[in-house]
Amino acid sequence: MTDRKAIISVSNLVKHYDDFKAVQGLSFDVYENEIFGLLGPNGAGKTTTLEIIETLRSKTSGEVTVDGLNIDTNASAIKQIIGVQLQAAGYYPNLNLVELLELFAGLYGVDISPMEMLAKVNLQDKAKAKYKELSGGQKQRFSIATTLINSPKIIFLDEPTTGLDPQARRNLWDLISEIRNSGTTVVLTTHYMDEAEQLCDRVAFVEAGKIIALDTPDQLIDNLIASGFERKKEVKAANLEDVFINLTGKEWRE
Amino acid sequence: MKTNIEDKKPNSHSGAGGYNHTKATLALAKASFRSITRSPSAVIFTLAFPLIFIVVFGFIGGGGIKLDVAVAPGSDLNNPVIVALEKTSVIRLTKNDTQENIDKNLEKGAYDALISVEKNPNGLPAYFTNVKYTSASLTNGNVLRSVLNDIAQQLNTVNQKPAVTEIRATTITGRLHRTIDFILPGQLGFSLLSTGVFGTAFIFFALRQNLVIKRFFATPVRRSSIVLGEAIARIGFALLGALFIILIGHFCFQFTLINGALTVFNMLVLATIGVIVFMGFGFVVSGLAKSESTIPPISNIITLPQFLLSGTFFSINAFPAWLQPISRALPLTYLNDAMRKVAFEGANLWDVRQQILIMLLWGIGIYAVAVKTFKWE
Repeated sequence: MTDRKAIISVSNLVKHYDDFKAVQGLSFDVYENEIFGLLGPNGAGKTTTLEIIETLRSKTSGEVTVDGLNIDTNASAIKQIIGVQLQAAGYYPNLNLVELLELFAGLYGVDISPMEMLAKVNLQDKAKAKYKELSGGQKQRFSIATTLINSPKIIFLDEPTTGLDPQARRNLWDLISEIRNSGTTVVLTTHYMDEAEQLCDRVAFVEAGKIIALDTPDQLIDNLIASGFERKKEVKAANLEDVFINLTGKEWRE
Repeated sequence: MKTNIEDKKPNSHSGAGGYNHTKATLALAKASFRSITRSPSAVIFTLAFPLIFIVVFGFIGGGGIKLDVAVAPGSDLNNPVIVALEKTSVIRLTKNDTQENIDKNLEKGAYDALISVEKNPNGLPAYFTNVKYTSASLTNGNVLRSVLNDIAQQLNTVNQKPAVTEIRATTITGRLHRTIDFILPGQLGFSLLSTGVFGTAFIFFALRQNLVIKRFFATPVRRSSIVLGEAIARIGFALLGALFIILIGHFCFQFTLINGALTVFNMLVLATIGVIVFMGFGFVVSGLAKSESTIPPISNIITLPQFLLSGTFFSINAFPAWLQPISRALPLTYLNDAMRKVAFEGANLWDVRQQILIMLLWGIGIYAVAVKTFKWE
């Protein structure tokens, strides 16, 4: 894996808020065309780290480059090659989805067809709806559509599946995988380990502003087993979510 | 799910140098304009409220004052006094009301006076005219008093040569100053104040609170484009509203536009200056507000005193002397003043430079405060 090209390089990243040390010397690389997961409990520094890479937040010290561009000197150029989905961000009031996409096209300085963008996230029939009228899953898919407007090299998704039901979550995993398969690097945060295991090519565990583990999900699990770990309960061939999906079907509810 | 993410065009976004800030600004202006036109509060404050006041004052204002005078039941109607009063246009005589009704309405001021004329059985003068005024309507009572004096003078001097002087009054045909000529510029000023303060405060607070601005910051857009785009939309909306109010006033209520289209243009220039200054207040409010519910009270602290004290409804000359300096310190006073001078007196923009200058000083002051208090996040 190490021979792959890094598209994001973070080294010794530090962020202090007054007395609080949110990020304490993070270093990691994100490779081109992978889905990279930042995992960890609330307050571990995941969102802060993402927002520093996205050039939305200043850092205290450290080096970050995105596609060879330094975040200190090339913030504007970086913004043009990334797509950002924020946790809990809203959109301009009183506009429908097509109008919002037109606005973002103007903000990115690109010409797009709003309907094509909506088709990418399967929201064509919601073209005239307002953002706040959408369901949780639709809101997340629309947010992802806005990250794709400038045909970015990297997209950042901050807790994209939080609060979604199992069908909507799986549906979003498919969408994110497709985006990666089409050549875009994806960096996401999540609290769900099953999601990270299924979706991410590599994951970093962040705890109290430090990375405590970084590898492929498979390798991390193998390492744990090799250390002699055993689950208390015998694992069955299926879990309760499998039962849920089996009973309620895979199709996504609106 | 069917997607076509594969068909990305790698050259569809412009390079670092090719980013077009004008395009971003205009995209924001367009979005903001659409949003404003769909916002009920913007439409109500900018158009509905001012129009309601204009319609109300437009209808009641047309004919100047009217005096409601009741003729006492049983009074002799065929006498020269009543005949003369009937010919007086400012007086509306009611001849067939009951005494009970008349008393009630006098008390309320619905009648301005009660009049009865009786023949003098003892010769001269031929008639006694008894007038009962009401303290509920003193001003109109005084007008009636002078009307009656005038009538009495004329009737008494029939066929007589005046001993001292005869007053020969003529009236030149001047421009008719209707109530609408005073009310409309005031309402226009109020409309611009509301759009500028409330609209700006709400939208920037909402954009900040809902992280809309943060999402904008993740795009290459500049902060100046965000402010400028918003300003273009708001000024555009305010000017369309102003134009609408002026045209309704002109065509439905004969609002005086002394130099026609040029007057309208000058008024719109003044409106632009006004709304830019008032937007400064809006930026300050959006920065000071801690929650959405604190925006209306803070905005009202700014708009209400101006609404009441800046000559929106009454000339500030009618205020007590101690209040007038406060009125003369408010920016809306100068906008109203300039608007009236331009619309009715035909002043050009240079003639109202003093008013414009004071508004600009307010603008400089308020934007200096806005820069300190405005919050992006």
